[in-house]
Amino acid sequence: MVGIELRGVTKTFDTPTGPLHAVNDVWLCVEEGSIHGIIGLSGAGKSTLLRLINLIERPDSGEVVVDGRELTGLSEEEVRHARRGIGMIFQHFNLLANRTALDNVALPLAIAGVAKREQRQIAIDRLETVGLPHKRDAYPAKLSGGEKQRVAIARALATQPRILLCDEPTSSVDPQTKGTILGYLREINRRFGITIVLVTHEMSVVRAVCDVVTVLDRGRSVEQFAPNDHLHRPRSAIASFLARSEIVLEPLGDDASVAVAGGE
Amino acid sequence: MSSLLRAAPEILQAFGETFYMLLVTVPLAVLFGTALGTVLFLARPGSLLRAPRLYLALNATVNLLRSFPFLILMIALIPVTRLLVGTALGTTAATVPMVINAIPYFARLAEQALLDVDRGVIEAGQAMGMSRKQLVWHILYVEARSGLANCVTIVTVSFFGYSTVAGLVGGGGLGDFAIRWGYYRYETLVLFVTVGIMVACVQAFQFTGNTVVRRLDKRI
Ligand SMILES: Nc1ncnc2c1ncn2[C@@H]1O[C@H](COP(=O)(O)OP(=O)(O)OP(=O)(O)O)[C@@H](O)[C@H]1O
Ligand SMILES: [Mg+2]
Repeated sequence: MVGIELRGVTKTFDTPTGPLHAVNDVWLCVEEGSIHGIIGLSGAGKSTLLRLINLIERPDSGEVVVDGRELTGLSEEEVRHARRGIGMIFQHFNLLANRTALDNVALPLAIAGVAKREQRQIAIDRLETVGLPHKRDAYPAKLSGGEKQRVAIARALATQPRILLCDEPTSSVDPQTKGTILGYLREINRRFGITIVLVTHEMSVVRAVCDVVTVLDRGRSVEQFAPNDHLHRPRSAIASFLARSEIVLEPLGDDASVAVAGGE
Repeated sequence: MSSLLRAAPEILQAFGETFYMLLVTVPLAVLFGTALGTVLFLARPGSLLRAPRLYLALNATVNLLRSFPFLILMIALIPVTRLLVGTALGTTAATVPMVINAIPYFARLAEQALLDVDRGVIEAGQAMGMSRKQLVWHILYVEARSGLANCVTIVTVSFFGYSTVAGLVGGGGLGDFAIRWGYYRYETLVLFVTVGIMVACVQAFQFTGNTVVRRLDKRI
């Protein structure tokens, strides 16, 4: 079954330097119950593509179909309603700083109109799912990066979504925490059968958890493959580049910078 | 010293009048200024509400009202004041230009406080399926609350100062008192004591404000 289908979606931004095709005619099928990676360099359009799925960004053309429903054909109100079935987590967690962990997790339930008492119960249950029941009264500032992301996962799972969108969820945590977060994502995927779309720029993340990965280059989908298929040889330049990327320090010039470059 | 004793009842009355002006001005400014600031924030290009004309109109109005020096605004508004409170003289009359000046002032401060809210948190709210109204109440006001509390302190201190100008239209208050005792009667001691009390008031406003802001702010 197809969980998410993008049919020729395009998103163009007006910039001072002219129109920018952030997402350019992308066709994509995400199998229900799978973990689907989206990989690409910075500015490739990964975040924009992810936001097109829950229509936080409206495509200029093309269709977005989630669980068999064409979201692009719905009214604003219906789209808001449909978003309750699509959780989302972010690189910088995006928790409310002035709300405790518990209140953050309860918020989507309040929006969905769940009764107060039930909100609390569900929120406590979700915090247990991510192993943080003891942090329920802590404010985000008092949590580590990994804990914040787990609270964010608990929040995204509050309304029992069928789909979870992840925008670089492990890009601002240390390698060990990265393992914890990815472990939780896989666990959630296996246990609840939630379809996950995972945006990243690291091939190691893709190899760790993704069933399929789509390579995005300047707004276009250039390649799709199963990352653990050892016979697969990346066809696109970007894919092979990302597969062997290592950090190379550029010599100090006019603008000293650290660039990511592919080997050979 | 005896001059202080003679002045004491009038000082008390002047303070009473000044606080009356503040008690009318600040709550109205916070109420309408927050509303106006929120609409400015929402209607700003690239924000949550696509209403470029509304934004231009409100932006221009706020700038217009903010560009009047307070004294000039007060004089210019005399006809409006007469219409609203029946007279252009007295303490209540003086609050009309104060409120009209304070609303756009607070709106600008509130707009800035809302702009300081992290865009990512707003996006998280959108992803939860929040409507614009829910985004305002469940995200924006929650995350901007310490910033907004700080804005309240700023207008209170500012309009504590502006209220003295009200003395010029017979509004009474500390400004009026200072002119009568310090300027016409050369009672320097009385003037100094009054200034001392005003400084203490501002310190108290600021201290209270800072304490509240610290309580509300959970970011650190
Ligand atoms: N609201 C916007 N207005 C104008 N340009 C935008 C907007 N959002 C994104 N862009 C541009 O679209 C392109 C794709 O952006 P996007 O954030 O999707 O990239 P990304 O692949 O997620 O990059 P990163 O890895 O840095 O997060 C970029 O060039 C970006 O500058
Ligand atoms: Mg991104």
